[in-house]
Amino acid sequence: MAAADRPVDKPRPIYLNLFAIRQPAPAIVSILHRISGALLFLAGIPLLLWGVQRAIASPESYAAAVAPFTTPLGKVLLLVLAWCYLYHLLAGLRHLTLDLHIGIRLAPARSSAVLVLVLSVLLALIVAVRLW
Amino acid sequence: MVAGTDKLPVGAHYGLRDWLSQRVTAIVITLYTALILGIVLWSGGVDYATWKAVFAHGAFRVATFLFMASLLWHAWVGVRNILMDYVRPMGVRLTLEIVVVCVLVAYGGWTIAILWGHP
Repeated sequence: MAAADRPVDKPRPIYLNLFAIRQPAPAIVSILHRISGALLFLAGIPLLLWGVQRAIASPESYAAAVAPFTTPLGKVLLLVLAWCYLYHLLAGLRHLTLDLHIGIRLAPARSSAVLVLVLSVLLALIVAVRLW
Repeated sequence: MVAGTDKLPVGAHYGLRDWLSQRVTAIVITLYTALILGIVLWSGGVDYATWKAVFAHGAFRVATFLFMASLLWHAWVGVRNILMDYVRPMGVRLTLEIVVVCVLVAYGGWTIAILWGHP
């Protein structure tokens, strides 16, 4: 656009409302990668350590550690964290292939982003079926 | 880059180190995840006896330690990236980074206690 026909009355700088923009699939994969990673750090790692400690201590503590995850709330928590782990893993593998310059062009990058989203939901569904 | 110069790249290099360690630890985490998945599928579901038997192997405990060390290091790189992006005031960010480092080191100690401690 030539400088002459650029509208001058627009307020600048322009602040983009990220929620008003339709985000492309790779952008959604990217932010979810970050959110799932943060959740795994905040809840996943301490829960994993606690779980492993209780699970191998004694048969009684194993049963006591499993019990909270038989309740609906416990199942939902476990499902969310399982999705976070599976999703983060898949998105990470996609990231590694991009690092190797595989599928780096726009069209395959969009397809692999959609694939990561779909696969993570399918794997989470398997986990959900196993839980309920 | 200016052609014909032999200028040395300078800097602390922890950008590249973080980038590389994030990926190396990711591969270790992925391999261990595959191992666990293999154990679960091979045993056709797991219970207390399964885990007790698996953790009795010294090699499995070493593998678990390598996994946890990778996981904690990986978490550090990721959380630090998040803090660098969203927490702008230097004092607040430094405080949060110190808290995160302390928590992760404590998790490392907890891991060793689980694997080689006497319950």
